[in-house]
Amino acid sequence: MNRILCLEMRGISKSFVDVKANRDINLTISSGEILGLLGENGAGKTTLMNILYGLYRPDDGEILVNGEVVKLRNPKDSMRVGIGMIHQHFMLVEKHTVLENIALGYDEAPFFFPQRTLRKRIWELSAQYGLDVDPDKPIWELSAGEQQRVEIIKALSRKADLLIMDEPTSVLTPQETEELFDILRKMSSGGHSVILISHKLEEILNICNRVMVLRKGLLTGEARIEEVDKGKLAVMMIGRQIAAAYPKADINPGDVVLEVTGLDVDSDRGLPAVRHLSLQVHRHEILGIAGVSGNGQQELVETITGLRQPLSGSILMKGVPLDHADARKAHTLGITHVPEERIKYGIVPNLLLYENSVLKRHRDAPFSSWIQMNYGAIKDHAGKLVDSFQVDTPSINVRVKNLSGGNIQKLILGREISGGPELLVAAHPTYGLDVGATEYIRKQIIELRDSGGAVLLISEDLDELFMVCDRIAVMFEGRFMGQVTPESCTVEEIGLMMTGSTIQEE
Amino acid sequence: MLDIIVSVLTRTIVAGTPLLLATLGEIVAERAGILNLGIEGLMSTGAVTAFIVTFATGNPWLGMLAAILMGTLLSSLHGFVCISLRANQVVSGLALTMLGLGISGLWGKPYIGRPLPERMGRLNIPGLSDLPVVGKILFNHDWYVYLAIVIGIAIWFLVKHTSMGITLRSVGENPKAAESQGIAVIRVKYLAVMTGGGLAGMAGAFLSTAYSGSWNEGITAGRGWIVVALTIFALWRPGGAFLGAYLFGGIFVLQFMLQPLGVSPNLLAMLPYLSTLLVLLIYGLSKSGQRRMSAPATLGEPYVRGGR
Ligand SMILES: Nc1ncnc2c1ncn2[C@@H]1O[C@H](COP(=O)(O)OP(=O)(O)OP(=O)(O)O)[C@@H](O)[C@H]1O
Ligand SMILES: [Mg+2]
Repeated sequence: MNRILCLEMRGISKSFVDVKANRDINLTISSGEILGLLGENGAGKTTLMNILYGLYRPDDGEILVNGEVVKLRNPKDSMRVGIGMIHQHFMLVEKHTVLENIALGYDEAPFFFPQRTLRKRIWELSAQYGLDVDPDKPIWELSAGEQQRVEIIKALSRKADLLIMDEPTSVLTPQETEELFDILRKMSSGGHSVILISHKLEEILNICNRVMVLRKGLLTGEARIEEVDKGKLAVMMIGRQIAAAYPKADINPGDVVLEVTGLDVDSDRGLPAVRHLSLQVHRHEILGIAGVSGNGQQELVETITGLRQPLSGSILMKGVPLDHADARKAHTLGITHVPEERIKYGIVPNLLLYENSVLKRHRDAPFSSWIQMNYGAIKDHAGKLVDSFQVDTPSINVRVKNLSGGNIQKLILGREISGGPELLVAAHPTYGLDVGATEYIRKQIIELRDSGGAVLLISEDLDELFMVCDRIAVMFEGRFMGQVTPESCTVEEIGLMMTGSTIQEE
Repeated sequence: MLDIIVSVLTRTIVAGTPLLLATLGEIVAERAGILNLGIEGLMSTGAVTAFIVTFATGNPWLGMLAAILMGTLLSSLHGFVCISLRANQVVSGLALTMLGLGISGLWGKPYIGRPLPERMGRLNIPGLSDLPVVGKILFNHDWYVYLAIVIGIAIWFLVKHTSMGITLRSVGENPKAAESQGIAVIRVKYLAVMTGGGLAGMAGAFLSTAYSGSWNEGITAGRGWIVVALTIFALWRPGGAFLGAYLFGGIFVLQFMLQPLGVSPNLLAMLPYLSTLLVLLIYGLSKSGQRRMSAPATLGEPYVRGGR
């Protein structure tokens, strides 16, 4: 089979029921190139790549490999041509081992005992590209970075010449991202080409040779990497510059709102996740929690929001103890929550937008009275939310699952903030969002703080923490390694603490 | 005393055979994510089909084939409703049970009380069948008993050690991942449901043309429901199906033997369900058990291609 020397998409269009996701898009990529694909949430990046991978059929347009038209009707066709794709959400079977996942649908795997024969091939690829992973472990035991390596091995074992990566770094730690980029560089010097989708402009600048920008389904810009910088890319994407810093009112923190003392919490696996942790959040204050995910942040958040039972320790919300897992009590005490898994815990995907806009408050006046829901008031409220939080939606009568990720997050944040909470607990609020939406969400969080709210912000994005927070605590293996202010500390120092070293006297 | 034990064990293996066949089938279907609650209907339709064909042709093998075909056909209806139309699998399965019971009642009516001219023969293994005790318990059965065991081992092997098995399991666990690797998810689901239906039909054929030899309505006597419980009891593993089927088969036998001694048969009839609950309880108590116990991740969920 010929390798892909040059791949071309010509005049690609694709519509879904109510949106034109791609309109007359042309794309070319040649061997050894790393092409960045940029665009706001919902711009049509994933759709375009799904077409290239044979998951969607385009309404119009054609695809050429080395100058010849190819028909890509399903992923098998694309794999045969030499295209591999790593999806935004990994396509792995959690309960199966690495080997079984690689054997799935693999033409060259023998019928009997497919795992045995593949093991050798995996070793070769691991060695060649530095992809370290234990072939016999089940996927659920692997970290996000390891799972991604499995996906890369999967694509390489199918002799992918062109690798599509849809937001590969959003689940990775900074270090894992570096490792990934090393692998990609190795691949590109070996003649592979890569299409990389990312919302992180530095990454695009760091690794790509060329960028293309999509906007509302149209191809709006294309440039060699030398010709652009961060500012120009932002303008190409959203039509304006993005803020380098966010203005904050100069207010000193007020009274204590949340006081956690000596908290111990176990994880689902029954291991200690939060160990004897204490913290305070004040009015007019944003406390950031930095750390590689999986160090107890999730358990901490769940305990504070009343979703998880602590083993010991106390949580005082404005002096009132919150000692049993009781989400309703947490809610009535003025704690609101922007959860990490927004689709799973933040919304009810199959309910309509206006129904989702009052979750948790649906039993309170004015949204319900005695035994009856007041849909008039609910729809009013939803309309206002959509307007003031710039949720891009055809109407308030759509199922929420049809919104793009960024718009779902704006809706959730709007819903949680609009009640004027005493405390907002936000976990990774800008995860997966485009630069415009990210900026907007951060501004809203700061506004809440300025107007008297307390915020607990969990994030892996150190830039975000530095720009937004008043105080940053670094969490490692269930403990705080130190608490610092953004002014008195550097990103590098925090990075060190995230790996477990205490350099700050407490 | 020995006689009694030999007789109980022999009959246990016989009674476990239809449970084993149908449970293996249900495991295959559920591993692909399709819950089929229509087993009771599929079994009774298989039973009546096998009976009629055997009655007409005098050949129980033809009866078996017809029953398998019938089971495959009926379950493809379930497949169409749940896979292509994406309807609720519980509702469709219950409807299938009623349909199957209806068909068997209607078709079987003229045959009530008429004995079969020819039953499924025994497999005589020279040497082995004549062994004392063991020969009687293990090597003196009709063909179905051995076919069930062979099919069980084959399914265990296919599920565990072949690429086909990986495909099947992946389709039930994460159909999107399978689709993204070029697997025709819909086709796999259909094939799995139809395999399950065929095996349920075969189990029914055993009941009417080997086990009993005459037709009476309600011949399946709730075995289809036991199979549904058994699939869970087996934790969706073919190996567990062997254990469960013979265990529950034994309970069936005891039900008859202990009745004259004053033990309520209802008490024993309860045991399969009770022991399934017990297994769930025991596994549910530990974290690692919970993980082993978990059903195929997308069991009962309709699959939409390219959806989100
Ligand atoms: N299967 C689908 N059915 C209906 N609409 C869809 C489907 N997939 C995507 N869309 C719509 O098509 C548009 C483009 O979506 P797409 O997922 O390609 O955006 P994206 O650029 O990848 O965004 P993000 O950065 O959030 O991942 C969106 O408006 C989305 O709602
Ligand atoms: Mg996308």
